[in-house]
Amino acid sequence: MEKFTKLTGIAAPMPLVNIDTDMIIPKQFLKTIKRSGLGVNLFDEMRFTQDGKEIPDFVLNQPAYRETQILIAGDNFGCGSSREHAPWALLDFGIRCVISTSFADIFFNNCFQNGILPIKLPQEAVDILMDDARKGANARITVDLEGQTVTTSDGQSFGFDVDAFRKHCLLNGLDDIGLSLEKVSAIDAFEAKAQALRPWV
Amino acid sequence: MTAPRTLYDKIWDDHVVHTADDGTCLLYIDRHLVHEVTSPQAFEGLRMTGRTVRAPEKTIAVPDHNVPTTLDRANAATMTEDSRVQVEALDKNAKDFGINYYPVSDVRQGIVHIVGPEQGWTLPGMTVVCGDSHTATHGAFGALAHGIGTSEVEHVLATQTLIQRKGKNMKVEITGSLRPGVTAKDITLSVIGVTGTAGGTGYVIEYCGQAIRELSMEGRMTVCNMAIEGGARAGLIAPDETTYAYCMGRPHAPKGAAWEAAVAYWKTLFSDDGAKWDKVVTLKGEDIAPVVTWGTSPEDVLPITAVVPSPDDFTGGKVEAVKRSLEYMGLTPGQKLSDIKIDTVFIGSCTNGRIEDLRAAAAILKGKKKKDGIRAMVVPGSGLVRAQAEEEGLAQIFIDAGFEWRLAGCSMCLAMNPDQLSPGERCAATSNRNFEGRQGRGGRTHLLSPAMAAAAALTGHLTDVRELLVENA
Repeated sequence: MEKFTKLTGIAAPMPLVNIDTDMIIPKQFLKTIKRSGLGVNLFDEMRFTQDGKEIPDFVLNQPAYRETQILIAGDNFGCGSSREHAPWALLDFGIRCVISTSFADIFFNNCFQNGILPIKLPQEAVDILMDDARKGANARITVDLEGQTVTTSDGQSFGFDVDAFRKHCLLNGLDDIGLSLEKVSAIDAFEAKAQALRPWV
Repeated sequence: MTAPRTLYDKIWDDHVVHTADDGTCLLYIDRHLVHEVTSPQAFEGLRMTGRTVRAPEKTIAVPDHNVPTTLDRANAATMTEDSRVQVEALDKNAKDFGINYYPVSDVRQGIVHIVGPEQGWTLPGMTVVCGDSHTATHGAFGALAHGIGTSEVEHVLATQTLIQRKGKNMKVEITGSLRPGVTAKDITLSVIGVTGTAGGTGYVIEYCGQAIRELSMEGRMTVCNMAIEGGARAGLIAPDETTYAYCMGRPHAPKGAAWEAAVAYWKTLFSDDGAKWDKVVTLKGEDIAPVVTWGTSPEDVLPITAVVPSPDDFTGGKVEAVKRSLEYMGLTPGQKLSDIKIDTVFIGSCTNGRIEDLRAAAAILKGKKKKDGIRAMVVPGSGLVRAQAEEEGLAQIFIDAGFEWRLAGCSMCLAMNPDQLSPGERCAATSNRNFEGRQGRGGRTHLLSPAMAAAAALTGHLTDVRELLVENA
C-alpha cells in the first residue's frame, strides 16, 4: 500500500447526497479478477453515455477537474455494497482523499486498506471546502495526515479526527495482515480456549 | 457481577482475540463465506505472499453473483468470458486452498446468504463475515454478521480474524403484531424510512419486540438482510425456539450432546435488562402498512396508499437528490403510487428468495395469470429452495401464472448476469437496492414484498395486496 502523508491537489465538488457504490463503480466492472485498471470506469454511468461518450457536465469530465486527487462529497458517501472495487476505481483514477460529513462504514474501512484517506468533517467545513473546490483547478486543497488538517486554497484550515491505528498504517504504508500475523500466538490461544467452550463451532 | 450487556456486547466479548492500547481489537471469525466476485484478488494476494488459508474448514464458498439462472446454464456459452473466468477462479481457489465448496453444478448451490443458513453453517452466537454487504442476513440467528471488503477477505483467509473497533448499540423494537398483508419486508423498509440510509451508520442493530418474535427464520433473515440499507453493518435478532427449530438437523449443525451444549450456550444470548442502548427506535406493528419505494434510495419508501412526494417536502441535500430521483424514475409529485404501471416483476434475491417468500407470492398468484405484456420471473435463492418449491407445487403455480421459473442465483438483484433491465424499464422487485442503474442502466426499481410483487404482476401496476386478500377471502 502506498503511504499517505501530505497531499496538495485539485479537489472536485460532488454535493449529491447518498452517492452509492453502484454509482462509483457499476456492477459490470466487478467481473475483473484484478485490482488495477478500474479508473477508466469510475462513476461510469454518470460520466459516460451508453455509447461511451463523455457527458460534459459531469465534474470529472470538465477540464479543471481531470487531474482531481480529492473529492468533496455529499452526506453518506459510499453507501451500498462492500465492493472494494469502489476505492480501487477511485485510487486508479488518482483520487487519494474523500471529504464528506459522513461515510458508509464498509466503504470507509475499504479506503484505509488502499491508501485512501476518508475525512469526516462537520457540515459547515464541508460547505466551505465545497465552495473552494467549485473554483476549479486553481483551488488546490492541502491534506496533512500527520498534522490532521485540511487547508483551503486561501489558507483556511480545519482539523479532523482519524483512528490512531489507521493513521499509523497510512503514514507508513503498512499491511494489516502482516501486523495481525504477529499476533499468531494470541490467535492460537483463542482457538484452543474457544474449542473447549464452544466445540460445535 | 458484570454490568448488563447487549446481545452484541456478549458475542463481541466472546470473540476478542486481542485488544490494543488504543481500543482496536482483533476479532475471531467463526464462519467466512466467499463468493466469486469479491474474492479473486484476495486469493491472489495469498499466493503472492506465500500465505495459506488458516481455517479452511470454517471457510465456505459458492458462486452466485455471476451465474446465469436460465435452465441451459450448464452450457458454458451462457456466460460471458469475464464471468466464466471469475467462476472458474473460484473453482480453482476452493480446490487449491481446500475450502468447503458448492459449485454451480451442485443442487445445494445458491445465493451465499441462503446457502449458509440452509446448510447449518450459520448458528447463533457466531461471528460470520463475507465480502458482501448483505452478510447482515445471518444476524437473524443471533450471529454477529457483516460485510467486508476484499482486503479484509484476504485478512480473514490468512488470520481467521478481523481488525475491528466496536460499534454502538441500537435497539429497533417492533411492538404488537403485523396486520394481514404486511410482511418482514415491510418492517425492514419501514424502519429504513424512519432512520434513513445513514441512521444506522456506526451501529449494530438488534431487532426485537413481539412482531419480530412472531416472524419465521425466513422473515427474520429478510429483516436483518436490509440492516445495511439503514447504514448498520449488522442487524441481530436474539435466538429463541424458532431459531433452534430451524437449525436442528441441518447438515453442519451440531448433533447429540454437542447440540444440547450448543442450545445451553445459545440460551445465554439475549440483551440483559438494563443494558445500555445508544439509540432506540420503536415502531408499532399495527401501524406498518405494505410499502413500496418510489426513489433511488431505500429510504425513499412509503405505504402503497400514499402519493409520490415532491422535492419541496424535503430539506438540505435531499432536495436535489429527490429531484434527480424523480427524473430518473420518471415520476411526478402527487401521482398515486398505486397508479404506477410496471413492465417487469422480479421475485428472488438474498432478501426474499427463500421458501416462505415463494409461498407468499404463490398464494396471491394461485389460479391466476399475470397481466399481458408483463415480464415476470422467479429466481429461487438456492437449488434446495427450488426443489422444495417444486415439491410443494409452487413452481407450477408460477409457471401457470406466466412466470419464468429459474435456477438459483443473485440474478436481477444486481444484474451482473444476463438478467437485467433495459433503460426506462420499470420493475417491481423483491430485492434490496433501488439505486440508479442497480438492475441495469436506466432501469427503474420499486422495492416491495413478494406478495406485493405478485399483486403487481396480476394488475400491471403497483397494487395494495390487501385488496387481493379481500378478494381471495
